[in-house]
Amino acid sequence: MGQTLAEKIISAHTEKPVKAGDLCIANVDVTAVQDGTGPLTISEFKKLGIDKPKNPQRMILFIDHATPSPRKELSNSHMVMRQFAKETGAVLSDGGQGVCHQRLVEQYVKPGEILCGADSHTCTSGALGAFATGMGSTDVAVASALGKTWLKVPQSYKICVNGFFRKGVFAKDLMLYLIGKIGADGATYKALEFCGSTIESMSMSDRFTLANMAVEAGAKAGLFATDDKTYNFLKMQKREFDFKNIEFDKDAEYEKVIEINAEDVEPMVACPHTVDNVKPARELNHIKVNQVFIGSCTNGRIEDLRLAVKLLKRQHVHPDVRLIVAPASKAVMMQALREGIIEIMTYVGAQIIPPGCGPCVGVHAGILGDGEVCLSTQNRNFKGRMGNPEGQIYLSSPAVAAYSAVCGYIADPTEIL
Amino acid sequence: MLKGKVWKFPDNISTDHIAPGRLFHLRSNLPEFAKHVLEDADPDFASKVQKGDFIVAGSNFGLGSSREHAPQIIKLSGVSAVIAKSFARIFYRNAINIGLLLLECNTDEIDAQDELEVDVRTGVIKNLTKKTEITFKPLPEVMIKLQQDGGLIEHIKKYGDFKLT
Repeated sequence: MGQTLAEKIISAHTEKPVKAGDLCIANVDVTAVQDGTGPLTISEFKKLGIDKPKNPQRMILFIDHATPSPRKELSNSHMVMRQFAKETGAVLSDGGQGVCHQRLVEQYVKPGEILCGADSHTCTSGALGAFATGMGSTDVAVASALGKTWLKVPQSYKICVNGFFRKGVFAKDLMLYLIGKIGADGATYKALEFCGSTIESMSMSDRFTLANMAVEAGAKAGLFATDDKTYNFLKMQKREFDFKNIEFDKDAEYEKVIEINAEDVEPMVACPHTVDNVKPARELNHIKVNQVFIGSCTNGRIEDLRLAVKLLKRQHVHPDVRLIVAPASKAVMMQALREGIIEIMTYVGAQIIPPGCGPCVGVHAGILGDGEVCLSTQNRNFKGRMGNPEGQIYLSSPAVAAYSAVCGYIADPTEIL
Repeated sequence: MLKGKVWKFPDNISTDHIAPGRLFHLRSNLPEFAKHVLEDADPDFASKVQKGDFIVAGSNFGLGSSREHAPQIIKLSGVSAVIAKSFARIFYRNAINIGLLLLECNTDEIDAQDELEVDVRTGVIKNLTKKTEITFKPLPEVMIKLQQDGGLIEHIKKYGDFKLT
């Protein structure tokens, strides 16, 4: 009997091969924390009475959620993280380097590995063919200290996407469409494994968007086989030697197979206050927007910024809209500078903020006013997410976001692309 | 035997409802953070909850972020258990790791202010107000083991390693 990607990757980290439903102790290759979860991870780590992480070079501490720090309490938390890195040899990715999930795929995670991260969107690295899953601070403290964790091997859903996207449709629309279909708890405890011709021809940037949002359907992981796209992405990061072949087995057992025809997907928007409250963008042009955010671990990559600038080039941001842009990492920021994207965006009225999570987590740099509407390329629209429970958050692709910033209301860009 | 009053919540209570991002700076001060627990779902909850009370919710309780501060501040508020139709995965794991009791059952017939008596041993929830009984799903074995040891950190300290399989 063949194995699912989840079974295959986990089995390579356990004493004997495992199958879905098994409880196992698995070796962990990489652990990660961010400034919202890192300080608690460190205090739990210290309770264990262990001096150093099992493999300090592969425990990465990211300062990305609240940087530059807007408050002294957070500055103090950052100090705790810097101190821990210094004391133990763990790796620090300080403010300005970027969002943990983008940094993890750029530099730290390899195909076939297991990553435990104290951030729910850790599943992003699944696009590299790694079993990457979000956990809490205590779990990650233990995984960092011992180099292993306990896992229940998840059942997998195979998500088969075939055909070509229509004009104006992107990976984000596909993922919102899927979550709308199966619900915000439609895949709780499961691994989503993506395949099909649409996925095969999709860029890594788009695959990261899909993997990133697996957790928004409740999933434990969002997994992809590796191919030449994976190889070329790693090569771009000057680490093609990290490539490993991770393939689907034809006879693996899937709990469910979901078939999607790419042509059925149109520009989609998730409406307040859950990600599965999805509607076609064209039905929402009565919704005026006060703020548009383009960025985050979901859609803050260079491909996203290129797409956004294509729509912004035509005219200035609507006078009633604030457009905030946060490149997902320093590398993305540098590339956007080289390509003149930052210049154009600034010229048309965007506020460019440093690489990091930006306003997505509601800590700084774009908190909504009472009753204000934000259209964002991030992954979550829960009540209060962007710092104010009276705010209304809609989610979309960078194309819908950029075009809406120009129009002043939620707008389907198909007509002008 | 646990006994207390019900605070009822709907489906999809997220970690942003429980531990709002705008109070990010209170993550380093959990007792203070606990004064705001679930504020965006029920502004009265934090100030009026009594030790031993139950949070009763619909499906997918705790969806969203991995922030362990969410179950931590529920526990600090004195709640003896969260009873829901289902829980989001990371929240479930976090709660068990830190020793917050979570029970899964159909919660449709439980209303706000009902008085409940929960017997973890027999798996029965008695609704003293409605004079009904509900059976909850048995906890997974790994969870029972971690709970018995007082959470994950204590488990590792006790055995120096995982002793779950």
